Amino acid sequence: MAYKLTVTKFNQYLKDLATEYMVLAPVLLQGKGAFTDTDTVGYQEIKLFAEIEFTKKSAFSMKEILTPITQTLFYFSEDNWTQPKVHDKKILLFLRSCDIHGIKRLDDIYLKNGCEDPYYKVFREKIKICLIECSESFENCFCVSMNTNIIDEYDLLVRPEGDFIYVDIKNSELSTLDEEVVEVSPRFIMENQTKVFIPQDLAQKAALTGIWEEYSSRCIGCGRCSFVCPTCSCFSMQDIFYKENKNMGERRRVWASCMVDGFSDMAGGHSFRKKQGDRMRFRVMHKFYDYKKRFGYHMCVGCGRCDDACPEYISIGNCVNKLHSAVEEKKS
Amino acid sequence: MSNVYMPFKSRILKIIPHTDIDYTFLMEYTGDVKPGQFFEVSIPKYGEAPISISEIGEGYVGLTIRRVGVVTNTIHELQEGGVLFLRGPYGNGFDINLYKSKEIIVATGGTGLAPVKGVVDYFAENADEATSFSLIAGFKSPKDILFKADFEKWQQTINVILTVDHSDDELYKGNTGLITSYVPDLNIKNSSDVNVIIVGPPVMIRFTVAEFLKRGILEENIWVSYERKMCCGIGKCGHCKIDDTYICLEGPVFNYVKAKTLMD
Repeated sequence: MAYKLTVTKFNQYLKDLATEYMVLAPVLLQGKGAFTDTDTVGYQEIKLFAEIEFTKKSAFSMKEILTPITQTLFYFSEDNWTQPKVHDKKILLFLRSCDIHGIKRLDDIYLKNGCEDPYYKVFREKIKICLIECSESFENCFCVSMNTNIIDEYDLLVRPEGDFIYVDIKNSELSTLDEEVVEVSPRFIMENQTKVFIPQDLAQKAALTGIWEEYSSRCIGCGRCSFVCPTCSCFSMQDIFYKENKNMGERRRVWASCMVDGFSDMAGGHSFRKKQGDRMRFRVMHKFYDYKKRFGYHMCVGCGRCDDACPEYISIGNCVNKLHSAVEEKKS
Repeated sequence: MSNVYMPFKSRILKIIPHTDIDYTFLMEYTGDVKPGQFFEVSIPKYGEAPISISEIGEGYVGLTIRRVGVVTNTIHELQEGGVLFLRGPYGNGFDINLYKSKEIIVATGGTGLAPVKGVVDYFAENADEATSFSLIAGFKSPKDILFKADFEKWQQTINVILTVDHSDDELYKGNTGLITSYVPDLNIKNSSDVNVIIVGPPVMIRFTVAEFLKRGILEENIWVSYERKMCCGIGKCGHCKIDDTYICLEGPVFNYVKAKTLMD
């Protein structure tokens, strides 16, 4: 059921939710941008409507909530292996359509690829999703090309409009409101400026085209594209011991990227994909070909964050379009 | 919650040194396990490493470990009676029944012998279950040879070619030369009915496969085992993925028909 609320009423609603939920939404982080005096948008816990940033794309995706950058799996003390405690609050996450599709991809890897990951599952089961709409397509977005512009899997919709806030409560687990009832149907982006053409029959040999070579000189292997991506889910295991007491320590997992040195290094010195061009091929093929073979749809959700973040102005959309042209040329 | 990342404790029953840097650890273990599968072996506070199973026996498994990093260096400092933490076994492993009643050839390079050693052990003990069984095992130099005692045992029941790439050791009287140079002269009765298993570094696999194809061996009768970085062993960490294939889930043992399509 949908309602029309004033800001005061909405803040009261958030306050009521806060007894059961930790509400996480994109917020403007002043002065936290990459350059001096620039801002960025990231996820934080919010209490008030005014804190939520509705008009800008978040620079980082929501994935750090489900899969923290560094996540402790065990604490070691002598012979004991202890698992970290998890807070008992549920989580309400404010997400755009592309990011909700991103969570589906994370679910595939962590819950459906082999056995379930217990650490992911605990957090995943806590999460309720609040859809936020995009009033216009942001720079570098290509969700329409990836079919991720529309979503119907959400629990709540929040739309600020004029002096009012429209709230559509889809999930009956979330309490209803004693307010004016209205009709609200979600609005989605139906066209992006950036359009990406994904080669339909991208046989493996297409990956052998010469287009990858340029990335060997352009890409610096910083891995930013992976770290901002809502669907990049690779990690490395890491054990540490505490400086103060070497008998105690932790096993952790930390984010990893196939674009960064060392990703495929094995003990003894063997490694694969030494050139950045090969890593670009590996990444692009995964996002736009391999993943679909395994799970039925493309991994990339077209949020464009990798393009936003690249210090070398490499565009994954451009790359796929080049690949498309190369494949088409081969056909004709 | 049940936790797939939680390992179990396993006692070191015996340590067999092969070279200065390669030891086999016989670890307490009961349960289903196949040659070619692997365990994630760890020492808390130092880390985890995927190690393939080199021997399967009553109440134990053998893990052949080279000291090449923080985890393996620390493992090498342990003594018999000490403890390692294991999770697994992971991966598909070799299905012995696939190879029975055929001519079988196993070609290995260096430590590549370890993951397939369980297959060699089986057919050396049950030689009548294969039409014939040949092992061509190559090492860099005489001092790198692993499983010396096993080679002596195997020689009694199966055809063994042990070779080293080069030797400066005057006392070494054995074969020298790359594995590939021994393939052309192998005695093969019916090339369309030979099962070949090849395990070793990527370059060795590539050239050895080529030699066997020249001998008329069918692609579908060749198996390889791939070694990749694996942090989790359960299809999550992404390090071992090639194309849409997870080496830890669908491999590490692949039929060559599939393996030849995998591009790192």
